[in-house]
This record gives sequence, structure tokens and C-alpha cells, in this order.
Amino acid sequence: MGAARVVHEWALAEAIADYVFKSAPSAKRVRVTVRLGELQAVDEGILKFALREIMKSEGIACEVVLKREDCVLKCRRCGHEWLLKEVEFGEEVREAIHFVPEVVHSYLKCPKCGSRDFEVIKGRGVWVEEVSWE
Amino acid sequence: MGVMVSQGDPRLAVIGRRLARVARVVPVMSSKGGVGKTLLSCLLALALSERGARVGLLDLDVTNPTAHVVLGADLSKFPEEDRGVVPPLIGGVKFMSVAYYSGENPLPLRGWEIDNVVREVLAVTIWGDLDFLVIDTPPGIGDEVLDVLSYFPKHEPLVVATPSPLTVASVRRLLKLLTEAVKGELIRVVENMARDDSDIIADLAKKFHVGFLGKVRFDEGVDRAVGDIDALRRSRMYKDVSMIAEKLL
Repeated sequence: MGAARVVHEWALAEAIADYVFKSAPSAKRVRVTVRLGELQAVDEGILKFALREIMKSEGIACEVVLKREDCVLKCRRCGHEWLLKEVEFGEEVREAIHFVPEVVHSYLKCPKCGSRDFEVIKGRGVWVEEVSWE
Repeated sequence: MGVMVSQGDPRLAVIGRRLARVARVVPVMSSKGGVGKTLLSCLLALALSERGARVGLLDLDVTNPTAHVVLGADLSKFPEEDRGVVPPLIGGVKFMSVAYYSGENPLPLRGWEIDNVVREVLAVTIWGDLDFLVIDTPPGIGDEVLDVLSYFPKHEPLVVATPSPLTVASVRRLLKLLTEAVKGELIRVVENMARDDSDIIADLAKKFHVGFLGKVRFDEGVDRAVGDIDALRRSRMYKDVSMIAEKLL
């Protein structure tokens, strides 16, 4: 895999925008709170910029609140819990996980028993927590 | 000021937009493994493309993707990005697979994780204008198959069956499910690895009032062509699949 920095935050911003449009079809001012899981490592600045631009193009003023959530992993075999922060990945692996967070199973094993059968119990990706509008 | 406090997955909101310029979605399905879905999906995509159609191919066998092996796709670099992921063009076909990100490593996933991968890929892949999106699906009637039925508003399943009693018993269940969810005229059956003039699969299609597109003869040489698109196009299987493609156009 190449190490070129490739980002797809714009596509995720479009997804959030479409979610907002469907939630509040006639709103002119919206406030959207988005939870960002550490695993997907979304660039906050790019996401915020993209979301505001998309909203602006639709004539909607948008306040964006981003909340980071730490990633916690739990082994389904031995029950061990650990934090993503304790793991070191190379740049290429980080990029792969950025696009499809579940591929973490291709690159990570439980540090205690070596199983790949673990779950991401917190901090996976992008989630809309709240939309408010007027 | 209105407030919506319910939480939501934004990816589901954008899938319709990503598929808006895709005219026809053809998921290649079979509840039985080993019937040649992946090879048939790839050859069908190539054959449709050769006939001038704009074609995408999505490998939705999330935990065990192999379409890239058939096409000889280069996994050494990620697909390009332009406000989303742009599937690389391989043999004239826009090809997307989770294998670009998992490489040749194992990708063991539980059901909800598979659903997450499908949502992610559908939400970020920029297909653009397509006449056909061919989807290779895994065997069984599991997450990926159910996701296809849920997330693709219109689809025309192509069911692959071999003339084996085990396959017939298995595919009968899939056809029962599909005919409950999709109009019969949009469902088609192909007999793969045909070795004789048996009507067993054609009769199965007739029984379920779905289309039968014909037989793809068993081609003992096609495995040697895997990974080489030119060689695949010279194979006997490709000739037969091309006739299936003609009927789809």
C-alpha cells in the first residue's frame, strides 16, 4: 500500500449533510453535534470545513460541534480490554483503517492472547449525536 | 428551534446519493459456495464493458475478497480520492474492494462489523455514471446479501447455480427469499460449470417464475487465465458469459 496522504472527509461530510437535510428539511440555521471515533482518525479541520461549505452551498448556516471519543477494544476470546492509544501502527496501516475502520482486524491482535476476534466497543467512526435547527 | 436528539448513522443518509447515477445494479448471488460467483461476476463486468456499457464491479465478499485476484488488480496503492474514493479502472471496469485496505491479510469480522464495512464502502465510493454495477457477493444468505437487499433500492439479482443436487437445494432457498423481496422478472438464473444438456437449473428457474439466461460451460482452462484480463477474454468461459451479458443489455 502506498503512503500517499489521501483523505475522504468530504464524503463523510456529505453523509452528515444529507443526514441533516433529511432531519430538518427546511432549516436555515442548524447545529450538528458529531461524535468522531479515534479509530477512523478523521481530520477534524477538513471535516468541519467541508461540512460548512456543503451547508453554505445550500444556504444553510451551520454550527458544527465535534466530540472525540477514545477507541476501546475488547477481546472476545479472553475478555482483555485495551486502548487504541497503546498500539503503534505504521502510516500505511493508519490510512487503511481511516478508510475502512474494520480492517483493524487485519493488522491487530489481542495483546494478551493473540486473537483477532476482538470488538471495537467504543470510538469506531462518525456518528451524529444531535441535530438542532430553526 | 427544533431539536432532534435521536442518534444516527450519517452513512445511511448518503448511500442513495452515491448510487443515484447507477442505472442497473446486478448482484451476483448464490447461497452455495464454489459455484463460480466471483469469476462470473468479473467476466460479466468485463463483457458488459467490452460492449460499451459503463460498468462498476464491487467485491462485497467482505471477509474473503478475491475479485482482485481474478482481475490482477494492484493492491500496492490505495484508490485515488476526490471527495470520496474513486474506484480504479481495471480492464475498463471501475473496481472497488475492501482488499485495497486489508491487503492479503485475514479479515475476520462478526456480523455487525460486516454491515459497518458495507455501509462505509457504499457511503464513500464515488461511482459516477454507470450503466451497470455488478456486485460479487459471498455464499450463504448472510449480512452482505441482506445488505444488498436493504441498501440498494433497485437491483436485479443474478443467481448462479451448478447442476448439483446440493446446489439446487441451496439455491431453492435463496430463490424463495428473493422472490419474496424482488419482482420475479428482475431475477435471473445462470447455470455455471455446465457439463451436459441437463435442464435441472432451467426447470428450477421456471418453477420460481424467474428468468433463465442460459448455461456457462465448465472451462477447465479458465483458472490458468486468472489475473490476466487478456487471457480471461480469450477463455471459453468468457465467450459464454458474453452471451449472458448480451441478454442483460
